[in-house]
Amino acid sequence: MKGNNSDTSIHNTKSKRRDFLNIVLSGGFIAWLGALLYPVFKYLEPPVVEEVKVSNVKIGAVEDMEKDSGKIIRFGNKPVIVIRKQNGEYIAFGGVCTHLDCIVQYRKDYGQIYCACHNGRYDLNGRVASGPPPAPLTKYGVTIKNDEVIVFQEAS
Amino acid sequence: MESEKKSKHGKIFKWLDERYNLTGLIEFAKKKSVPKFRETIWYYFGGIALLLFVVQVISGILLLMYYKGTEDLAFESVHFITTKVSFGWLIRSVHSWSANLMVLSVFIHMFSVYFLKGFRKPRELTWYTGIGLLAISMAFGFSGYLLPWNELAFFATKVGTDIVGEVPLVGEPLLKLLRGGEDVTGATLSRFFGFHVAIFPGIFIILLTLHLLMIQRQGIAEPEDYAKLPPNEKKTIPFFPNFALRELLIWLIVINILAILAVFFPWELGTKADAFASAPVGIKPEWYFLFMFQVFKFLPGEILFLPGEFVGLLLFGIGGLLWAFVPFWDRRTPEGKRNKILTYFGIFVIIFILVFTILGFIME
Repeated sequence: MKGNNSDTSIHNTKSKRRDFLNIVLSGGFIAWLGALLYPVFKYLEPPVVEEVKVSNVKIGAVEDMEKDSGKIIRFGNKPVIVIRKQNGEYIAFGGVCTHLDCIVQYRKDYGQIYCACHNGRYDLNGRVASGPPPAPLTKYGVTIKNDEVIVFQEAS
Repeated sequence: MESEKKSKHGKIFKWLDERYNLTGLIEFAKKKSVPKFRETIWYYFGGIALLLFVVQVISGILLLMYYKGTEDLAFESVHFITTKVSFGWLIRSVHSWSANLMVLSVFIHMFSVYFLKGFRKPRELTWYTGIGLLAISMAFGFSGYLLPWNELAFFATKVGTDIVGEVPLVGEPLLKLLRGGEDVTGATLSRFFGFHVAIFPGIFIILLTLHLLMIQRQGIAEPEDYAKLPPNEKKTIPFFPNFALRELLIWLIVINILAILAVFFPWELGTKADAFASAPVGIKPEWYFLFMFQVFKFLPGEILFLPGEFVGLLLFGIGGLLWAFVPFWDRRTPEGKRNKILTYFGIFVIIFILVFTILGFIME
């Protein structure tokens, strides 16, 4: 009985030692794997490229754009849609549809901003008129200085 | 004459047989057989997909000789291939058509295995590797679609990757991983090129090897009704040469269809992608993504306080998982009972895919 007891205690200490070794070794292995994979995952994460800060863009003379038409302009590295309304007034919005990232266009026939990917429509205030877009388009400001149209980012 | 030929071949055969035990292999091949029943035709589609994969590898390697995977040169290099390189238009057209036919065969193969219950025990892992192969086939299609860097592909990639970004938690990092940045740019093209010609082929070949080894090891699945027949009523046809020759004939037919499509309906290139142009009207992804694309058109911006596209993604995610893990939840078929729910689910999925695909084609 006594011997049996000491046997199990030896067995217990042995298995404890083995457990300990198992933990140390498997922990070490996991750490090693982590050290191996971390650089790979970090490598795959694209570095942040410094963007040139753009606060306004000149897009040409007032009469360059026809009334009741729209076009996409480059605002830094973002597309912006500029529309000249029927009354000659200029408006501008972020050109990326808030639904799934397509670039919108001005549709004369609807008198609305339209996204061809999933039939999203926005009114000329940038608000969603119909279709799947979940949010309005970002508004950009437009001023006219010396007959030149300037699109600028409105302070948010 | 016959014996003379035989003795020459016999010597080579003997030399090889001594070293590699070919006789054992031949004995094994002789025993291979395929069940003969009404639906034997479906057994050919796996082989067709395999053939088309080989066509993809060969035509893909040929395209690599001229293709340049950068934002400035991708479109121009594909244009060069199709207009200046001798038979370049043919190679590219074959690659595009074969890709579509391959995805189609993989889909047919999957549905036939599903309805004939080929996935049931003990062939669960063959089914799972098959699902993996289907997923990579579609990923091949999605990544390859972008490589010519044309307008349609550019916006399809924007939409497709943006949907990935909707996945909770991992979506955002995954989106950046796929795009190589915040937006679809030349960095995305480089990555997709890498996926398309290195990563996907590697994974595909591993999965395909496993898939085929498992089929070799277990033999071909017998459909339920057939398996219940008494042994003397089970008609079979030998794999060699009968089934193999039929498969060969079907391959010949498929290659002819491919040639006809590639020659008479050469794949279009479209216009070069422009990150500062509006998405053109009539934008569409490849047909096998069309049903999902179409569903996203119908989803409103918000469903029960959740973004519509998130709900769509959730539904497709759940549906896809149910489909992929059918051997896991189907408890009736292994017990030898008919699982009607399974069949109805399958029919529903086919009708759903067909309806939304057709809508995608006819709606502007």
